[in-house]
Amino acid sequence: MSVLSGIARRVGRRLLSSIPALLGVVVVTFVLMRVLPGDPAVFFASGPSAGKEEIEQIRHQMGLDRPIPIQLARYLADVATGNLGHSLTTGQPVTQDMERRLPASLELTFTALVIALLLSVPLGVAAALRPGSPVDHAVRMLCTLGVCVPTFVSGLLLIYVFYYLLGWAPDPTARLDIFASTPPDITGFYLVDFAMTGDWSGWWAAFTQLLLPAISMALFVLAPLARMTRASMLAVLGSDFIRTAQSVGLSRRRVVITYALRNALLPVLTITGIVFSTMLGANVLVEKVFSWPGVASYALDALLASDYAPVQAFVLLMATIFVLVNVLIDVLYGIADPRVSIE
Amino acid sequence: MSAAAIQRTSTARHVLFILRGNPVTAIASLGTALLVLIAIFAPFLTPYDPIASDVAHALAPPDAAHWAGTDQLGRDIFSRIVAAARLDLFIAVTAVGLSFVVGAVVGGFCGYRGGRLDRWVGRFVDVLMAFPLFVLAMALVAALGNRMENIIIATAVINLPFYIRFARAEVNVRRNAGWVEAARACGDSHLSVVLRFLLPNVLPAMAVQISLNLGWAILNAAGLSFIGLGVQAPTPEWGIMVAEGARFITTGKWWLVAFPGLALMLTVLFFNLLGDGLRDILDPRMRT
Repeated sequence: MSVLSGIARRVGRRLLSSIPALLGVVVVTFVLMRVLPGDPAVFFASGPSAGKEEIEQIRHQMGLDRPIPIQLARYLADVATGNLGHSLTTGQPVTQDMERRLPASLELTFTALVIALLLSVPLGVAAALRPGSPVDHAVRMLCTLGVCVPTFVSGLLLIYVFYYLLGWAPDPTARLDIFASTPPDITGFYLVDFAMTGDWSGWWAAFTQLLLPAISMALFVLAPLARMTRASMLAVLGSDFIRTAQSVGLSRRRVVITYALRNALLPVLTITGIVFSTMLGANVLVEKVFSWPGVASYALDALLASDYAPVQAFVLLMATIFVLVNVLIDVLYGIADPRVSIE
Repeated sequence: MSAAAIQRTSTARHVLFILRGNPVTAIASLGTALLVLIAIFAPFLTPYDPIASDVAHALAPPDAAHWAGTDQLGRDIFSRIVAAARLDLFIAVTAVGLSFVVGAVVGGFCGYRGGRLDRWVGRFVDVLMAFPLFVLAMALVAALGNRMENIIIATAVINLPFYIRFARAEVNVRRNAGWVEAARACGDSHLSVVLRFLLPNVLPAMAVQISLNLGWAILNAAGLSFIGLGVQAPTPEWGIMVAEGARFITTGKWWLVAFPGLALMLTVLFFNLLGDGLRDILDPRMRT
């Protein structure tokens, strides 16, 4: 019980301390978007022949004729009440558009993170168990190469190999084949929704569609995760308690996994936070390559149409997710290492 | 031989000695040097005009005449890759240079003076770091205008936090060192202490950061132009070339994507290996 309340207090404190940063993020996004080139009022007037009056009217409607500080105050109030404005291209409230598209992005990012962790932690451990061996060198080489290939290039090459050459992967556009039926909208995560309705052929279709974009994202972040696992495993394996565990004759599995890995995971958790930020950025590229209907491609389309409400909302959303993930990591930290929560 | 000449040969010999022990670093240095040469002499190395289209030979796979094939307008991909090296390196070097100079000076003063300036800059850096950095770069380019110089500025800004923090921390631990006090006692102003004594002292450690950041900066700039920001077609640039080739990948035209992708990869690889090598030489404890 005291552990739980300790965690709750920890979450609360971390959330509180992230408020100034979030506020800064809102202000920075606002300022950035207000100096965008091109007058959206002109863009969305009926046409190039639109009269001055019409443009003025749209400017007034959008609140663009007010002084910047007043626009900012209004914007802050809107954000606080969850009103992020209307997208001028889709005509829908941005919050609604985002809500519909966010699960697609999150499903992609989390799948990629899981793949990256499932690959990199064993690789890092294997490398650390035999430093200087061929395994170690192979892992190092894989990491060095992985971080050098831009996500958009590896994504396209994966498409070439697995869709064009081998024919294993489905058409690399969207979350499902256009002729396939979408699952009932329960969580918005296709994998979860298909599993909940027991539609396993649908689940498989969604999974294969998800695999290539997730892998191309995972490859890019493999390196920091595997390197950190290796380094911290090496440090832990050299410590006294491991020597003790070995000398009292505990099984190798127990020594490596229960004792060493649990202690070595802390720095890996820390770097996972940084990696997550990279992945949110890489999301933009991957969604474009795979025509993934997520928030990033939505924001990108809006950006190129100088429609700034969605872009503002997107940047804000990404920063918020990043902050929340960091809070989550902090909590996991406390669970992985109970010493951290005692202050 | 004069004293300076002896000094020079011994430095050269030392560098050679180090490179012999680190073949990977040696290869990376050679590769980087080669890249710089290609970038400088690009106009003399391109067998074809990088922006001249030749529709009769569009989408031709690699052969003896066109080493890397041609794109959808019949432009020679090899020539375009070579021509793009100059632009891509220029963007990365300028951006990293800019953020290095600004970051070192700002971070240096923050670490030296502390106080209110330090707190505000710290807060600003925190806000920057709260953004996923590529997303921030996107927003910056969109806000400042879709032009090449703004890609440089955006890339510089997202690199800035690292340099500010680094310079701040390094200067902070040295601010009370004896030689700083000595410089003050000799009548050096605060400005001169920071610029002439403290910053040169942290420079070697920052050099490693520069090399690692160059690769990252190239990836960022290429990513931005891939999504349609910054450099505009028909200018040859690796990110744009990949973006243009993306449309043809599902029909098996791999060379449009693979060769510019390879150029990007090799460039980033050389910079990263060089950075790793420099770090190993300067600080063997950091090795992972």
